[in-house]
Amino acid sequence: MKPTDVSTPEYYHKVVDCQWACPAHTNVPEYIRLIAQGQYGDAYLLNRQSNVFPGILGRTCDRPCEPACRRTRVDGQPVAICRLKRVASDLREDISHGLPWPAKVKLGKRVACIGAGPASLTVANDLLPLGYDVTIFEKLPRPGGLMRTNIPAFRLPPKVLDEEIEMIVNLGAEMRYGSPVTSLAGLLKDGGFDAVFVGSGAPRGKELELPGRREGAANIHTGIDWLESVAFGHVTSIGERVLIIGVGNTAMDCCRTSRRLGGRDIKVMARKTRKYFKASEWELEDAEEEQVEIVVNHAPKSFVVENGRLRGMEFEKVEWKEDARGRLTSTTVGTVVLPCDDVILAIGQENAFPWIERELMAFDKWDMPVVDKVTFQCTHPGVFFGGDAAFGPLNIIWAVAHGHEAAISIHNHCQGIPVTERPAQGMKTVSQKMGIHQWSYSNDYNPSKRSKMTHVDLRERFKRLDIEVELGFTPEQFTREVERCLNCDVQTAFRDKLCIECDACVDICPLGCLTITPAEESEAALRERLTVPARNTSQALYVSEALPQTSRVMVKDEDLCVHCGLCAERCPTAAWEMEKFDLLLPYAGAVTGCQKP
Amino acid sequence: MPSIKKPPVAHPSLQPNTLGLSLRDYEGAMSTLCAGCGHDSVTAALVRTFFELNVAPHMVAKLSGIGCSSKTPTYFLTGAHGFNSAHGRMPALASGAAAANRDLTIVGISGDGDSLSIGLGQLCHALRRNVRMLYLIENNGVYGLTKGQFSASSDVGSRSKKGEKNLQRPIDPVLLGLSLGASFIARGFSGDKQQLVALLKAALSHRGFALVDVLSPCVTFNDHEGSTKSYKHTRAHRLTVVETDFVPPAQEVTAQQEPGTTLSVTLHDGSTVRLSRVPEDYDPRDRSKVFSWLEAHQHRGEIPTGLLFLDEAHGDMHQMASTVERRLHDLPFEELCPGSAALEAFQKDYH
Repeated sequence: MKPTDVSTPEYYHKVVDCQWACPAHTNVPEYIRLIAQGQYGDAYLLNRQSNVFPGILGRTCDRPCEPACRRTRVDGQPVAICRLKRVASDLREDISHGLPWPAKVKLGKRVACIGAGPASLTVANDLLPLGYDVTIFEKLPRPGGLMRTNIPAFRLPPKVLDEEIEMIVNLGAEMRYGSPVTSLAGLLKDGGFDAVFVGSGAPRGKELELPGRREGAANIHTGIDWLESVAFGHVTSIGERVLIIGVGNTAMDCCRTSRRLGGRDIKVMARKTRKYFKASEWELEDAEEEQVEIVVNHAPKSFVVENGRLRGMEFEKVEWKEDARGRLTSTTVGTVVLPCDDVILAIGQENAFPWIERELMAFDKWDMPVVDKVTFQCTHPGVFFGGDAAFGPLNIIWAVAHGHEAAISIHNHCQGIPVTERPAQGMKTVSQKMGIHQWSYSNDYNPSKRSKMTHVDLRERFKRLDIEVELGFTPEQFTREVERCLNCDVQTAFRDKLCIECDACVDICPLGCLTITPAEESEAALRERLTVPARNTSQALYVSEALPQTSRVMVKDEDLCVHCGLCAERCPTAAWEMEKFDLLLPYAGAVTGCQKP
Repeated sequence: MPSIKKPPVAHPSLQPNTLGLSLRDYEGAMSTLCAGCGHDSVTAALVRTFFELNVAPHMVAKLSGIGCSSKTPTYFLTGAHGFNSAHGRMPALASGAAAANRDLTIVGISGDGDSLSIGLGQLCHALRRNVRMLYLIENNGVYGLTKGQFSASSDVGSRSKKGEKNLQRPIDPVLLGLSLGASFIARGFSGDKQQLVALLKAALSHRGFALVDVLSPCVTFNDHEGSTKSYKHTRAHRLTVVETDFVPPAQEVTAQQEPGTTLSVTLHDGSTVRLSRVPEDYDPRDRSKVFSWLEAHQHRGEIPTGLLFLDEAHGDMHQMASTVERRLHDLPFEELCPGSAALEAFQKDYH
């Protein structure tokens, strides 16, 4: 196995599991440390650099970082990364000095963004400070996209949403509310724009064509449209008995919203078992806490309509069998009619581009525009896609990540640089040594269990639609939670030339991550030869050059390293060193490092 | 300069031993020795040895004298008994502990200063008594605790950190043990844990005095160019005389044996020590052959390691003194202390 190359950011970045998993590569450990130091504003700004909406995401993010968190593998529960982001947002002091400022000099280039959702807003956030004129077209009267229409106010208070959107609008974006784009060709021809960004989302809820659908239409709602109507106050009540079809996160928002609009007996109907649910585990738990019943193994068969009014829904009860290759087959074991007053369909959403003329660009067999995965440009030069509009429904953090990349492309496009010429990621490593046993990060392992979010009392929370359910962490909770972070960005950096092979690091490592062993050709063989065999192949092995005294190699299994720094503390020659790794992410027009603002 | 404690987490894939204890249960306090000290590696080897031998910590007595080496009992087996004696007096304590409770596993940890200078006489007599114990010398050829003076095991010509040459001849614990009739003699190196753990397991299974000399470099005062006890020098001149494999009692010796070069010795507890790659002119059971072989090789500057000499036939202290079978603390008071009448009767024999 070849020696590991740590001269490019790739290897160390991968060690920081949360940052690697985050589509926007938020520097999680650094902002957690800033929270620990009481620098909430700095923690907020650091977040904002990469994910733009810390307050919104601190409440609503799908948190790909948490399942990736190393702490999960060490003690079973990830650090509550997402809710710590909310702490930074809630407790931030005045941060106006640290925000990007409106451009003093204009470039004379005009960019149109279609849809005022997270993707478009990110593009505007990146391009406005550079001097671009950005015009955002939005069909609704207010900005935010699905963050406003699909996420209920009891999860995301409108104040938080408004504040963070304002930070971008205040950079000088021209907002055109109530202005749906009806023809892309027209916009391209008459708009006078140098580039167009399509961030119009996946606005169409999937339909369930079953008998009775048309007859019962008055009480059968499409999830995302219904949520939007609730958000804008057009819908203020629902029947007592509600059936939600589907178990994604939209279904969770629908059932909990129903609960607040008069629903008493609410059932979420699932075709399969819990293992296959699309909703995040925590959203399921929150719904169940509100006494929503989740019914498994029921496949919708028809709507029961009597005298022009919806009376219930008929389901087939199914049983599932999984074969050796994990494929599911079902058998119907009976039917059942569940009475209800309203049905909400939350079985997914899809893209719809009736306003894009097909001759402008290539569309694939699913009628989706062909979009490049790196540049986000479609086959029409100067037209870019991002967010759900690009590759179908994802979530906010992906929209932000797309927005950053598209902004780089738009900048290149407007400056006459090929869009394929991407600025590279950079890195910076800084020693954390302060004294013989002192480090500039909290290296002591804290055995605390993950803090549990407290919720508003059940009797209180249903009084109004916009009572935020989650109370946020108390100071006691978050000061403990920040200490659970393992500081995975503080890397164990090894200098083979200094090693005297005394074994001190190997002996002290609490998790048996280190081994000095003869070099091995294959990685698989090497993994078996370590102090503790390294069977989690998703985690990298660090392999040094040949060591000076015996020509053996130092191997580190990154899997369970708790970054306690004891290897470096016990190293007599400083061959091991704890170095903080800063990933320098490129943004449009500048390489903005993830440094402390 | 406080250090953090070793985080109380263990690799989830590590299995407990037959007592249900984890490797971490055999550890002790955080070491306060210099970073990179060979002694810490010896400690780690002891932790692994006790874990793998499934030894109950409370059945172990850790004894030591004074010196860096003598601090090490603190760093393993927190659950064991321990006593830190006066300088060089550990062998007397060990003899007493072994006499009082014959079921205890006695571990004496000493250094070249503690054993070869102030405690030399103590060592010799514990060895003659053949006290059943592991007598481990962490040998670094320097007085580390007093900042780097030559010790009794410093080689002729070895240089101190300041550059002076040592001129006095060293006391070699292995040759000393051979000449005094020790029944188990091994030499290991802190930088080769695989060999050291096998040697320690064999030593703990030996019924009698097991002398294990471990070259354990002093990273602060004796790891420079010119030192003959540095990591680098030891690695360059180390010679593995015999490869040692320890096979526990219940396990079958399965490895193939090449005739002439492999030798199996069964210990009293039923375990087996398998010695392989034994040189043709070497026999670990022949004291005089071993003595001359080692002397010849050490004269050339080589450092022979391995299980160098083994004599399982020799009786230990309890056998030689015909002591009672039971542990002394299990004896009823009347037996242990039969009273003044019995004493008077006993003393009459001497009139």
